[in-house]
Amino acid sequence: MSTVLANIFSAEFVYMWIRVVTPILLASLGGCICNQAGVVNLGLEGIMLLSALAGVIGGAYGGGLLAGVACGLGVALLVSLIFAYFHLNMEADATLCGTAINTFAAGATVMALFTLTGEKGTSSSLLSFSFPTINIPLIDRIPILGSIVSGHNFVTYVAFLAVFLTWFLFYRTPLGLRIRSIGENPDAAASVGVNVRRTRYVAILLCGLLTGMGGMYMSMGYLSMFTRGMVAGRGFIALAAAAMGQSTPIGALLSSMLFAFFESISNTLQLLALPSQFIRMLPYVATILGLTIYSIQKKNKAYARAQAAVQEK
Amino acid sequence: MHGEEALRMENITKVYPNGVIANSDINFSVMKGEIHALSGENGAGKSTLMKMLFGIEQPTRGDIYVNGEKKVISSSAEAISLGIGMVHQHFMLVPSLSVVENMVLGQEPRRGVMLDRKTAKAQAKEVSEKYHLGVPLDAPVYDLSVGQKQKVEILKALLHGAKILILDEPTAVLTPQETQELFIELKNLRDDGYTVIFISHKLNEVRELCDRITIIRHGRTMGVYDVRDVSEREISRLMVGRDVVLHMDRTPTMPGDVVLDVEGLSYWNHYGKQRLNGISLRARRNEVLGVAGVEGNGQAELVDIISGNLSRFQGSVRVLGKEVSGMSIRQVRELGVSYIPEDRMTMGMAGDLSITDNLMADKSYRDRFVGKVGLLDKKSIQEYGAEMVERYQVVCKSPDQPISSLSGGNIQKVVLARELSSNPELVIADQPTRGVDVGASEFIRQELRNLRDQGKCVLLVSSDLNELLGLSDRLIVLCDGGIAAYFADTSEVTEEDLGRFMLGIDRQADEEIAGVRA
Repeated sequence: MSTVLANIFSAEFVYMWIRVVTPILLASLGGCICNQAGVVNLGLEGIMLLSALAGVIGGAYGGGLLAGVACGLGVALLVSLIFAYFHLNMEADATLCGTAINTFAAGATVMALFTLTGEKGTSSSLLSFSFPTINIPLIDRIPILGSIVSGHNFVTYVAFLAVFLTWFLFYRTPLGLRIRSIGENPDAAASVGVNVRRTRYVAILLCGLLTGMGGMYMSMGYLSMFTRGMVAGRGFIALAAAAMGQSTPIGALLSSMLFAFFESISNTLQLLALPSQFIRMLPYVATILGLTIYSIQKKNKAYARAQAAVQEK
Repeated sequence: MHGEEALRMENITKVYPNGVIANSDINFSVMKGEIHALSGENGAGKSTLMKMLFGIEQPTRGDIYVNGEKKVISSSAEAISLGIGMVHQHFMLVPSLSVVENMVLGQEPRRGVMLDRKTAKAQAKEVSEKYHLGVPLDAPVYDLSVGQKQKVEILKALLHGAKILILDEPTAVLTPQETQELFIELKNLRDDGYTVIFISHKLNEVRELCDRITIIRHGRTMGVYDVRDVSEREISRLMVGRDVVLHMDRTPTMPGDVVLDVEGLSYWNHYGKQRLNGISLRARRNEVLGVAGVEGNGQAELVDIISGNLSRFQGSVRVLGKEVSGMSIRQVRELGVSYIPEDRMTMGMAGDLSITDNLMADKSYRDRFVGKVGLLDKKSIQEYGAEMVERYQVVCKSPDQPISSLSGGNIQKVVLARELSSNPELVIADQPTRGVDVGASEFIRQELRNLRDQGKCVLLVSSDLNELLGLSDRLIVLCDGGIAAYFADTSEVTEEDLGRFMLGIDRQADEEIAGVRA
């Protein structure tokens, strides 16, 4: 047990925690934007997977990191555009559209990988380009803090910057005001001339950009190649984090951190010979417990007030 | 009146894709600086006409002229840019945004990519002061009262540059005092040269406020009149096509046994906010007990508790001597409680189901509808549907058509049929005629009156004070979750009296209020 605790309270653990949270955080910020606009985008998982592969392929065939990024983000935007078109123009159910993207992505990535490399498992035969790691000057010399904050992948810094940018978008720009209004009362927004469909398009595309970034981090940062099914539910966890954080950027950050904590702890806890499935279950159990306790408390408080008021009489 | 035309809609015809003709050859013209009433029954085509004016629908045929120029209004944004503003019946506000944010939405002042919050607030403050419509600018809209929300709607339209204001049944949710305040504000706007289109079927209000009236029936213009030149009776005949008894006769009755007995009822909602505060009352057979109050003062909670929709309250609620606490809704209904919900579209019906299915939804387990092997007896159900449709005068093509294809008044008749056909002892009628046309309203009121004469007990919650005073034998006023006033006899009570208690300006002494439990 003490080895486990020592592990958790180490700088390496916190470093790993930040590493693990990156893709979840990016996708969950994307989820926030969609949620606020009143669109349930279940396709985050699929978008991440597709852009993870597209980033690697783009890099390998375009001969550079920038080509990879362009390809990865391009695919994310394209898939988002298709989602938006079917959901907003053809009025297809968002859940169905999202599920279609996920199912499509699972098959299409393997097929594309096999067609290009002859392998079905990994892209290891392709020349991979990864995002650079960044050492922050001066800060990297500070003991402990330096080893936690510095030396992360470029995308990790983008993710944390994106928290602020999303906040800025929501609460400081006209577009953000419109996004928030169309999620809550689209009729009200439309009645003052806000183009609900166009605003939702923008929200879905912004979500695609962030989610695509998260997907590329998986194959061009977290690992330096694409492996089959490598997103492994992170898109869904991101959705859960967005919902739990009530679709606010700060809320999404905190919930993503919570989920990522349990994910990173699972490695450490394996020292205790607990099955990893059990440990991966923890964040969800924690969420359910937390919400249950919260609502019981709320009810009890109301009831106690009622009792007190009656006794006063 | 300035004699200059602000707006003209000429030969407007609207045919919906499903073949419904909502407007046929309607002519509608409004002068600058007048308050013009647009009246007609539900489904007469008022809303459709206004939707076309506000760019939400397109006319199939006909032209719209704004300030003498022919215009095609293809979106709300375009209507707004032409100086048309609309205050919808169901407020078009975003509850979690602040008043300022709601007001500037759609035309946000910018500074670079940023929302210029300072200018936004300054703009909001300026119109609010200019038109003497005070509202807390930084408060989130969900914190506002209904009257304040309406002010925000008006301010929003003015801020967006409206010169022609359309108000869709604006007084439906207001107290008499708030209504008076609104009328003063609207008259001020008129004197400043604004044009107001006032949609209403409350004839006394039209008479008090408006200069001219256009009456629509079955999608056609029935005429334009100077309000001074026509009587309410005439207007009503033009709207409905027959004479409607506007005043309500009430035969005296002797109240019988206690049906509903409420004692010390308190309720806290799940935000911990107290919504009911020690309410005690009794209602008996052969009487209608009226409940007045501004929306949100505990009526909804009182009704939900008695009908079994809310549990975890303090105090006791007995129906025919049986405590309802802990009972399921089915059990409460089996006791003889019927409930006509305020929001018929979500609580009163299942829109995609047929009229017949809606009629028997609460009785599906009754012997009459269950065949030999425990399956539904289709034939018996269809007979029942046809029977009820006839008995309650539901206007429809067939009892098998989806209920959502009916007009509001006819949907309410179906709800009424379902609720009254189970031979209830206590009928809770929550806003039974809201948004229902004059003819159907009268039918519904007559049914409630019959129930009372048959020895049933009716608990009537209504924001139509005229209706409340006309139907109720006794009356309470709710304010802030408590009973603010009790009237053992409603014949001498005026709407203004009620308004004072509804707004909390006045409150009776406890002894007087205690009379409601006598």
